[in-house]
Amino acid sequence: MSEAHSAMVPSDNPVMYIQHHLANWKVGEGFWTWHLDTILFGALTALALMIVGRMVAKNLSADAPTGLQSFLELIVEFVDTQVKESFHGHSPLIAPLALTIFMWVFLMNAMDLLPVDLLAFIGNLAGVELHAKMVPTTDLNTTFAMAISVFVLIVYFSIKAKGVLGFGKEFLYLPFGKYLMPVNVVMKLVEELAKPVSLGMRLFGNMYAGELIFLLIALLPFWVQPLLSAPWAIFHILIITLQAFIFMILTIVYLSLAHEEH
Amino acid sequence: MNVNATIIGQLITFWILIWFVMKYVWGPITSMMEARAKRIADGLAAGERGKHELELASKRGTQVLHEAKQKASEILAQAEKRAGEIVEDGKASGNVERERQLSLAKAEIEQEVHRAKEGLRQQVADLAVAGAEKILRREIDAKAHAELLASIQSEL
Repeated sequence: MSEAHSAMVPSDNPVMYIQHHLANWKVGEGFWTWHLDTILFGALTALALMIVGRMVAKNLSADAPTGLQSFLELIVEFVDTQVKESFHGHSPLIAPLALTIFMWVFLMNAMDLLPVDLLAFIGNLAGVELHAKMVPTTDLNTTFAMAISVFVLIVYFSIKAKGVLGFGKEFLYLPFGKYLMPVNVVMKLVEELAKPVSLGMRLFGNMYAGELIFLLIALLPFWVQPLLSAPWAIFHILIITLQAFIFMILTIVYLSLAHEEH
Repeated sequence: MNVNATIIGQLITFWILIWFVMKYVWGPITSMMEARAKRIADGLAAGERGKHELELASKRGTQVLHEAKQKASEILAQAEKRAGEIVEDGKASGNVERERQLSLAKAEIEQEVHRAKEGLRQQVADLAVAGAEKILRREIDAKAHAELLASIQSEL
């Protein structure tokens, strides 16, 4: 988000600059292409979460909580409240799942606040031309990995709560009754498929757009950049948190819908 | 931009993270928070109970104090009564003793008086006999005049 330090001066060729910054660090061909940057930063943020979470959980103190423990307790309490308000069944998975989603998405989104040219700059120092993205949530693979997981859980909870027959009946008879069965199936399919698609696309779109705006700001003359990038970064803190929160809440809501009879 | 094998890697990361958070973070933290909530609730309940007990105890305390005061005043009244009785008793027994001693003394005095009178009478009789002897200058036959002498003695 600050001036570009890459070998290329942004304003010389804006299209190429943006294309380079939106390209992933790739290995492989066709479907078997691996976005190493996405996997690396996804794993790094996950690892950071695990280490911090384990550190806090190991040194729990009911009487004298440390700062980090209080912070984590705050989030746990918050997630727990949301789950209890929306989800009326009992499942040991939902709350930890919601917590994981919230924290991981938040952390991955927060990578957006690092300068867009940081990786290219480090690559330059090492003498490599590095095209990589630091924000895993600007990659559809990450958002859809989570969205598909949630979708699988929706199907699992639906079948668990209503049985295969009950779930099938919902497909056939709702919302228009048994005389419009084909329409019902199409409607229900769209309804169910819209859930993971909207989950994944919403997060991806927001983060991708945010990243793009940072890139556009980086194209401007250096003396204008702070005037724009600072407010955008500050506003982005809200978006980061909000998107993590929305993903978590929608997950809870979808799963509780799956759990309940229609 | 397009979906490819990366999604597999992200799925694996995601599920490992969920498993880890579920097992090692969420579990301990929530159970600790539950335990703390329970402890706080217990503490509050104990405090409430303690307050109640204190109230009861203070009530009982005042009652005991009241009873004790009542008893003390009873004992005091009893003691006063007893003291009065003892004093009365003492007075009465003192009177009796005094009467007794008085009568004893009177009897003794009377006896003494009587004895003295007897002595005196004997002496006067002796003196009279001696006087008569002297007057008559002759021995009086004590046996012959015993009746006479006795009558004189009794007249004295």
